[in-house]
Amino acid sequence: MSLAQFLPRLKQPSVIPGFGLTLGFTLLALGLIVIFPLIALVLKASSVGAAGFLQAATNPRVLGALRLSFGAAAIAALVDAVFGVLIAWVLVRYNFPGRKLIDAAIDLPFALPTAVAGIALATLYAPNGWIGALAAKAGFKIAFTPFGIVLALIFIGLPFVVRSVEPVLAEAQRDVEEAAALLGANRWRTVRQIVLPAIYPALLTGTALAFARAVGEYGSVIFIAGNIPLVSEIAPLLIVIKLEEFDYVGATVIATLMLTISLLILLGVNKLQSRLEMRYAKD
Amino acid sequence: MPRTDPIGESRLIQWVLIGISLTFLAFIVFLPLTLVFVEALRKGFGVYLAALKDAETWAALRLTLTVAAISVPLNALFGICAAWSVTKHNFAGKNLLLSLIDLPFSVSPVISGLIYVLLFGAQGWFGPWLRSHHVEIIFAVPGIVLATTFVTFPFVARELIPLMQAQGTEEEEASLSLGASGLHTFWHVTLPNIKWALLYGVLLCNARAMGEFGAVSVVSGHVRGLTNTLPLQIEILYNEYNFTAAFAVATLLASLALVTLVLKTILEWRYADQLAASHKH
Repeated sequence: MSLAQFLPRLKQPSVIPGFGLTLGFTLLALGLIVIFPLIALVLKASSVGAAGFLQAATNPRVLGALRLSFGAAAIAALVDAVFGVLIAWVLVRYNFPGRKLIDAAIDLPFALPTAVAGIALATLYAPNGWIGALAAKAGFKIAFTPFGIVLALIFIGLPFVVRSVEPVLAEAQRDVEEAAALLGANRWRTVRQIVLPAIYPALLTGTALAFARAVGEYGSVIFIAGNIPLVSEIAPLLIVIKLEEFDYVGATVIATLMLTISLLILLGVNKLQSRLEMRYAKD
Repeated sequence: MPRTDPIGESRLIQWVLIGISLTFLAFIVFLPLTLVFVEALRKGFGVYLAALKDAETWAALRLTLTVAAISVPLNALFGICAAWSVTKHNFAGKNLLLSLIDLPFSVSPVISGLIYVLLFGAQGWFGPWLRSHHVEIIFAVPGIVLATTFVTFPFVARELIPLMQAQGTEEEEASLSLGASGLHTFWHVTLPNIKWALLYGVLLCNARAMGEFGAVSVVSGHVRGLTNTLPLQIEILYNEYNFTAAFAVATLLASLALVTLVLKTILEWRYADQLAASHKH
């Protein structure tokens, strides 16, 4: 009858019905919409052979775009880590008028469509924009430079860090902080040695999520980027350009590289995180 | 220096830190949002309304609503099925399945579109077959629906799974042992327990579905009035230097985002105990 009866070791018995139906639909949808198309991508990339893949991958324009995407995403994630912790701290520990409103607005980068964020940031930071004009007077150019790319990626990644850190800060044990204060540690030392180590695993998760999102981000970046090859052309945009030129192999190679590097980094972060959690548990 | 709270900071430091946070948020979040509405209304309300009444904008709005009306229920159904199979049963390979459900979150939107071009595009695996049978997927509505569904795939499932995991199976087992059918049990026992979390997931899924840009951009072909969604319409207007119209259309999507945030916040405040543990503030 059902698969579960043929393979008793694979599934624990349960009186709750619907296992075959719901798992079947889950696997069917997941397979058709996610797994199969991604396998097709990898197969297409491998169909050009090692030499062809290497040639497409080591093209200077491709390398430049990948370096920019991963580099800008890393800088943006670090900025998000610093300001995300600060904002989470302020929202959890302090009371000030409008706190709940600000807390709700943190999720705006999640909710605001990327194209809207993109044209708004580009207009705001363009040389004739509200902030861009001020920066231009000081001799800075923000929009249409790599700096503009980092700015858009900071926007897109911020909620990941704040939302990861907030619950941990809220649940932190205040009595340990009190004990440190009573033992004579000044406030900064208490924060550095008691509070921050407790939030490191959550901070790492949030920063990794912000980084992963930023690497692949397209909509909020292309309007502010300037899109000059080798200078301000991100990898997702180069994929779109290759597609428009019907260079399917080129597009596929960049996509495969991006996916592989992202997954390797996320895997490394997972390892680092379990190590951090173990060390924290030991202390 | 005496301080009343041994583990707090002085008022001065508090206000400095609050000031830095708010300034940062102003530059990154609040000013861009304000600018959308200011730019849209810069030439007056009449021009704003005229930009919204444009026939191509209406066609884009209709397409965006159509795509969301297909993708969101599909992903809600998927989320319920995935959560039911994963949380109410124990089986080998469960963790792998959970990671695979989350996979679309780590894929660039552009790649989410590219994979369907590789399958169904003119040069794709099924391209020639589709062509000979006169089925259009890429540069047509089905492609946009597929790409949107991929990008929003995990939203409902990842809201329901932690909650249903925490709720366990006792209530369902009680209902079944009293003679209720499986479907009856789901409808009258499980669904009331998860309805707010389901709504929460659907809300976020819908916001992303209506606002998706990168994935849809790759598969749409940008045919005006036919395969342009609202975000793509914004891009076209902006690239034509028609800034007022671009921002006018953008206010529609920005308003959608604000409504989503308000509803989301209300759900978090009123039904915190009935949402997944991660949303309890």
